[in-house]
Amino acid sequence: MKAPLRYYDYEKDISGCGIFGVIDKKRGLIKGDMPIAAMTCMHDRGNGLGGGFAAYGIYPELADLYAFHVMSSSQSALDRAEEMIKAHFEVHESQPMPTRKTLAIKNPPLMWRYFLSVKETRPRWKSLGEEDYVVATLMDINKTSGGAYVFSSGKNMGAFKGVGFPEDIAEFFRLDEYCAYIWTGHNRFPTNTPGWWGGAHPFTLLNWSIVHNGEISSYGINRRYLCMHDYECTLMTDTEVVAYLLDLLIRKHGLSRRMASWVFAPPFWDEIERMSEEDKKTFTALRMVYGPAMLNGPFAILVGDGKSLMGLNDRIKLRPLLVAESGDRVFMSSEESAVRDVCPELDKVWMPKAGEPVIVELEA
Amino acid sequence: MEKLTLDAGGVYYRQLNERIREAVAGGHTDFELINVRGQRYIADALDGDLRFHIRGVPGQDLGAFMRGPKILVTGNAQDGVGNTMDDGEIVVDGLAGDVLGYAMRGGRIMVRGDVGYRVGIHMKAYKEKVPVVVIGGKAGDFLGEYMAGGAIVLLGMFSGNASAPIAGRSLGTGMHGGVIYVRGGVPAEQLGPHLKTEAAGDEDRALLSKHVTAFAEAFGLDAKAILDAPFVRVKPFSHRPYGNLYVAA
Repeated sequence: MKAPLRYYDYEKDISGCGIFGVIDKKRGLIKGDMPIAAMTCMHDRGNGLGGGFAAYGIYPELADLYAFHVMSSSQSALDRAEEMIKAHFEVHESQPMPTRKTLAIKNPPLMWRYFLSVKETRPRWKSLGEEDYVVATLMDINKTSGGAYVFSSGKNMGAFKGVGFPEDIAEFFRLDEYCAYIWTGHNRFPTNTPGWWGGAHPFTLLNWSIVHNGEISSYGINRRYLCMHDYECTLMTDTEVVAYLLDLLIRKHGLSRRMASWVFAPPFWDEIERMSEEDKKTFTALRMVYGPAMLNGPFAILVGDGKSLMGLNDRIKLRPLLVAESGDRVFMSSEESAVRDVCPELDKVWMPKAGEPVIVELEA
Repeated sequence: MEKLTLDAGGVYYRQLNERIREAVAGGHTDFELINVRGQRYIADALDGDLRFHIRGVPGQDLGAFMRGPKILVTGNAQDGVGNTMDDGEIVVDGLAGDVLGYAMRGGRIMVRGDVGYRVGIHMKAYKEKVPVVVIGGKAGDFLGEYMAGGAIVLLGMFSGNASAPIAGRSLGTGMHGGVIYVRGGVPAEQLGPHLKTEAAGDEDRALLSKHVTAFAEAFGLDAKAILDAPFVRVKPFSHRPYGNLYVAA
């Protein structure tokens, strides 16, 4: 077949995922309209097969309770999940997730949310720490309920995600009605895994949330490594491993965020070779101990945890990431245009070095 | 015909590019695009003597495949500026993202500030077609990777990043044609395997003078002050390394 004359005028969609995050260091609340507008500006980085947001500070009245967001393909699976939740937690509140009917979102799963505290008398996992108990319960629900998934489990935070463009998902979940001091957003262009509701970003565990542009080629080894530490992947998307690795490395093993970044994106061996003897030992040890937690493949990720927002690239920067500051707010985005769209005047704009995290902590 | 001003605020990239193409077909040659917010593919594959002044942040693949137009961006540019550009000029009064000048085959791109990763990779030259990229700030890793022709001039002077090296690691990896000039010098460990630097000679100085003067004019800077420093050149270690892969030497 011969190419048409002026073939370059013909349409061609080229895409990658889009990510956006914003943190107000003084906990000033940001209306949902802002991250929604930013994600809308990067509409073409996705293809309508996944969109989502994470928001911190959205349940101030219930800030001490675990907020479980549950999606389910059937009422029977949701019933089973609810039974498991009731067996393991005190339910303080439970209600359908507030959603609105919108033309763009077809056949959404059932959505329910629960505000929970751990039962004084636990039916099992009696020896686990409280957070490990929460993790064990939600992993069990995701694995055994037969179609219900806990996709958000932190305190005073929530993930909202599904199949659609991010602006459509935002409309569905009525995110314009929420205010948060940290927001992340994701526009998905699925490559290797299905575009289904559970596979949309963010991926969360306890207060961790992550959105990711790229592809975790080391998914297999990461997943097996996590399995040995009682984290089971059920959501059929590579990014899921990063949420659980963050929990394992930082919450359980006590690594700093900076240290965890070196596990995910370690310096090259030739760089380690040029380090001082002490650093050489440290970095060699990190690679030996945490080799199976290294993330291979292209990534730009944004990680929220309620106290900070972190952006990180793979060590050869195969995906774009830009950071910008304006007063107390710090933005992280795949494209500068999305930031300028919601905040035209910026004090500082830069592209972080590959493999070096940008960590912005709350000051209040 | 007088300058045509288009407000890109809230306009989808396809509509914006359709309007530009209609106007070009109607004889317009001078454009001012205001409130640009990430619209992709601006001025892509346009031929001839056209001028664009872009205010805002243009989206991916600005000026890709274009042959002749001159673009001035007042603001920062994103990724893929001048992708496979054939002729013309792009001036960015700000920063630019990754893969600027990818597979560029002619024309000139000048960026006042820092640029991202993989800038000028696969650049090539043929006879009178010699692409040039001038970077006022610093560059990320893989600058000029697999470069086969043309010139990259890295000044490292107008950077927002004081602690970064002038060029990232793997500078010029696999290059087998063209030349990369670095003002001052570049740490040996930043160079790709087997590459060396040497002082720029007279012929190099003439080329540097020409493009640095244009750079200084574009941004209202003093060319003399920029040129009044040692420059090194990174040269390829092989020429046509696969020339004998399928045929006997």
